[in-house]
Amino acid sequence: MTPEQARPAPRQDNQDPAIFGQTPWQTVGPFFHYGLPWKGGADLVGTSEIGARPELMPPEHYVLASPSPKGEIAGETIILEGAVIDADGQVIPDAMVEIWQADAAGRYAEGNTGFIGFGRSSTSEDGIYRFRTLRPGAIGDGHAPHIAIGVFGRGLLKRLVTRAYFEGDDANASDAILDLVPAQRRDTLIARRVGEEDGAAVWRFDIILQGEGETVFFDI
Amino acid sequence: MSLILPGSYRREDAGQPPSLYPDYGSTVSRSPREPLVRIPHTLTETTGPANAWSRLMGESMADLTTQHKGEPLGQRIVVSGRVVDEDGRPVPHTVVEVWQANAAGRYIHKKDQWDAPLDPNFTGAGRVITDAEGRYRFISVRPGAYPWRNHKNAWRPSHIHLSLLGPAFATRLVTQMYFPDDPLIEIDPIANAVPMPFRQRMVSRFDLETTEPNWALGYVFDIVLRGRDATPFENGQ
Repeated sequence: MTPEQARPAPRQDNQDPAIFGQTPWQTVGPFFHYGLPWKGGADLVGTSEIGARPELMPPEHYVLASPSPKGEIAGETIILEGAVIDADGQVIPDAMVEIWQADAAGRYAEGNTGFIGFGRSSTSEDGIYRFRTLRPGAIGDGHAPHIAIGVFGRGLLKRLVTRAYFEGDDANASDAILDLVPAQRRDTLIARRVGEEDGAAVWRFDIILQGEGETVFFDI
Repeated sequence: MSLILPGSYRREDAGQPPSLYPDYGSTVSRSPREPLVRIPHTLTETTGPANAWSRLMGESMADLTTQHKGEPLGQRIVVSGRVVDEDGRPVPHTVVEVWQANAAGRYIHKKDQWDAPLDPNFTGAGRVITDAEGRYRFISVRPGAYPWRNHKNAWRPSHIHLSLLGPAFATRLVTQMYFPDDPLIEIDPIANAVPMPFRQRMVSRFDLETTEPNWALGYVFDIVLRGRDATPFENGQ
């Protein structure tokens, strides 16, 4: 046998056309804070620094973005906040929540205006995520105003996808997506107004990953 | 109800991991027990902040070896590849966020306290933007393997975390890139949550073309985002 023949066949890898297809999801793990959630990433309307956890790294190793002015933004500013909770009722201090939403007129700006509609928030040690954003408008008939949510974290191999709707909105009754959710579980998709802060309504939306009151997650 | 929505994306393929994978202990109390509710793609799922990454996150930071006063220790590497969709079409001008441990396998994170040295010259976070053909390239040092508490004598294989927005909410992806010939991949519950042969989609290839003489080893890693779909949505399918 020549040395050439003795060489083992190369292992299949990313470049093999035989296995071409969607790149698999993997968890963000527990140590994403210096790489993903930037200061101000959770403030979609202003220049506060919410969203990041800079205390989790030495100051000289914070290399991510800082808040910048957003330009003219029309609509009602709200706070959307909640806890991310596991099967044992424990809050999760190492999760990250992302939101994607329309503006106050129900338009997805896709980055073309002052209001981009995308935000990212780490959870705090108390397991709380928190956004300053606009109350979205409805994107069309048969759609109630909502905020799309992605949840990431240690133990989450894939992003979990859910939506927050607004309690008391008449359009909820005719929303095409809520209509696909078993009636007894729709409550888990409704944010509730719990107070006010600096003139902005505070809407609470807890995300329960498993167990009693488990949030509805979507296969999209 | 049957909805045909223009602009829908394809669903998960067979190579995606389940949410519950008990060998990876943290999934046990953090994965839903109720079935996911399958929904059609509305405007919410088919749009995204694709044009806004620089306003959101800031400009490109493609060289992780020049962020501090000196050069980080470790094996210098170049990682490059293409971001494409399932039809092989390039995904241009899209952001790829990366983060990783240093060459010793230590993360610059207060909660990573294992006994391996920090490197004052290495943060391990960056951002790279694909060009018009969907190509990207970043420079770093090869991350070290890393112990964790999942089971007795558990070590994560060397890996780089990659995060992509793609064109829409539905194309969001976070993955990990592994290195060829790493014996730890075979015994890693996180990598093995992806069934074979699809796990190999996350293993990069050493590439002499990408390797820069007298400077850095080169690895190729292509990323495949969901493609477009024209299948009607049937309620309850």
